[in-house]
Amino acid sequence: MDLYEHMGKDLFRAHGIPTPAGRVCGAPQEAAEAARAFGGSAVVKVQVQVGGRGKGGGVELCRSPDAAAVAAERMLRDGFMGHVVDRVLAEELLPIAQEFYTSIVLDRSTGGYLALMTAEGGVDIETLARERPETIRRVQVDPLLGLRSYHVRELTGALPVAAREGAADVVRKLFELLWERDATLVEVNPLVLLDDGRVIALDAKVTVDDNALPRHPDFAALAQEFPIDPVEKRAKDAGLQYVKLDGEVGIIGNGAGLVMSTLDVVARAGAKAANFLDIGGGASADTMATSLEVILSDPAVRCVFVNIFGGITRCDVVANGVLEALTRVDATVPIVLRLDGTNAEEGRRIIDGARHPMIVSVPTMDEAAAEAARLSREAA
Amino acid sequence: MSVLVDADTKLLVQGMTGKEGTFHTLRNRAYGTDVVAGVTPGKGGQDIEGIPVFDTVAEAVHATGANTSMIFVGPRFAAEAILESADAGIGLVACITEGIAARDMAEVHAYLEGTATTLVGPNCPGVISPGLANVGIIPGEVCVPGRVGFVSRSGTLVYQIVYELTSRGIGQSTCIGMGGDPVHGIGFIESLAMFEGDPDTDLMIMTGEIGGDDEERAASFIAERVAKPVVAYIAGFEAPVGKRMGHAGAIVTGSSGTAAAKAEALEAVGVQVARTPSEVARLVADRLAG
Repeated sequence: MDLYEHMGKDLFRAHGIPTPAGRVCGAPQEAAEAARAFGGSAVVKVQVQVGGRGKGGGVELCRSPDAAAVAAERMLRDGFMGHVVDRVLAEELLPIAQEFYTSIVLDRSTGGYLALMTAEGGVDIETLARERPETIRRVQVDPLLGLRSYHVRELTGALPVAAREGAADVVRKLFELLWERDATLVEVNPLVLLDDGRVIALDAKVTVDDNALPRHPDFAALAQEFPIDPVEKRAKDAGLQYVKLDGEVGIIGNGAGLVMSTLDVVARAGAKAANFLDIGGGASADTMATSLEVILSDPAVRCVFVNIFGGITRCDVVANGVLEALTRVDATVPIVLRLDGTNAEEGRRIIDGARHPMIVSVPTMDEAAAEAARLSREAA
Repeated sequence: MSVLVDADTKLLVQGMTGKEGTFHTLRNRAYGTDVVAGVTPGKGGQDIEGIPVFDTVAEAVHATGANTSMIFVGPRFAAEAILESADAGIGLVACITEGIAARDMAEVHAYLEGTATTLVGPNCPGVISPGLANVGIIPGEVCVPGRVGFVSRSGTLVYQIVYELTSRGIGQSTCIGMGGDPVHGIGFIESLAMFEGDPDTDLMIMTGEIGGDDEERAASFIAERVAKPVVAYIAGFEAPVGKRMGHAGAIVTGSSGTAAAKAEALEAVGVQVARTPSEVARLVADRLAG
């Protein structure tokens, strides 16, 4: 789960990492009040779960309370890169002497943690990593030993002497935060040295491990604050994973790999997925009915492709599930059903015997994708 | 021969007394796997259809000579279950459990480096050497013995592709479901190295998916160390680009993690990359015929 910047900064402060004074604002007037409280100026920052805010117009320096209100109004009205925006963060403007970058991330290639620091903050850090990798200091952190003093010295050695002590304190606390709160990423871009010598975090990106949410009950409350599409919510409440896309074929499959593969095969057949839903291992009539309801509630869907490979799940059970689901849900578009694997023949016999007018049963994944693409073109 | 599991496998199941654990343990035994023990703290002395249950892994190993463990323990306790097996001297642990916290797995991963224990998973379907032993939840009836080694990040794609291989009469030496969690046990490189050294494997298949750089690193390994033919499949060409906040991931791997980048890296070292799961079986058949 990616946290909003203001949530990340709450965690930073709880762990003693200095941040600018700021207020979360849900209305333009609140941003104006915040600017007044900060002496007449403020930085207004859109709160979204994506990066690229600086380049995308999601951060604005405002020299007056009115300007802050105007910026906040624009952000709350227009959203950011297609994301709904229900809040902005207004922060005090601070005199910056120099900008740096630091992060600690779970490194999947080693199974441990990697801490990074560079004196060249504020720039496009990915470009820097490509073009001048030697400017970025990297330290592998053994999970059994944690971040040690020599790691911290190695990292902060990249910075000017005046910033080292402050940055060392920040990076130590970042690691504590990451460890105690089960984060897989903590990133500060930029970390800044102020004119008065303080080192503070101007930004906060924190990603927490979804698998660890059960041991952090306070994160469950934060999760409620993110906007969620109503269809997605319905799927989630039923324990299914639904993703909206921009094509015309609705896709239901069992297992993440097979669903991803189904999107690829449909694209190769010349169509595009409208959405997809992973029903996981189970494919009971209940699951199937909910899945079809969810998929069919998307008006962009012109055809549904149900792609099931029976492993432990038996295809005859799936076939009966689909038929039962269709007694509860009105199929408004054709359903291409591909059943393969355990008891596939029995499953197909059940489907053929039912002669349901909206079901087209096709034995292989490639042929089924071609049929789904054809039907969705016909319906266009 | 085969890799990881075979006729000498003596299987112990941690979490055998739970619903899933019991179901799959009995399926594995019905397949012919030598299931010697179960471990559930507090249930020592009981049995499940004749399979004795012990309180600890050490007791079970001492009494039965178990050399392999399969884990169905829930996510809160599964990381510790892996450590317990490692400390009891178990050589191979297949952890089926889904949802283990990454931090717990990072600790396990670091600890196992100092032991002789090999981990498969977590969040994986396990390992099967057709005709010899099945340790996990891969449906044994879709597999047949043969000379193709298979390693996959996705579970359902193992079932799908093995089924298509079997339908064409192509058997498998061993199928490994390595799991898709960020911190995991053996990966493509370790699996390919084992298949390369296995005299009964002629060709290997690897199926990857978007995210991380396991496939890119496997490509470098293949270029340097693998002589046997490799056929690959990557899922997720059309997957929506995940929202990404920080940049640290890309800086760490230097890779975009896209399916296209992975396919390109593999093709650059001479690996044939199929565009659909069915094409995998077709390419393998052509390769074995030619």
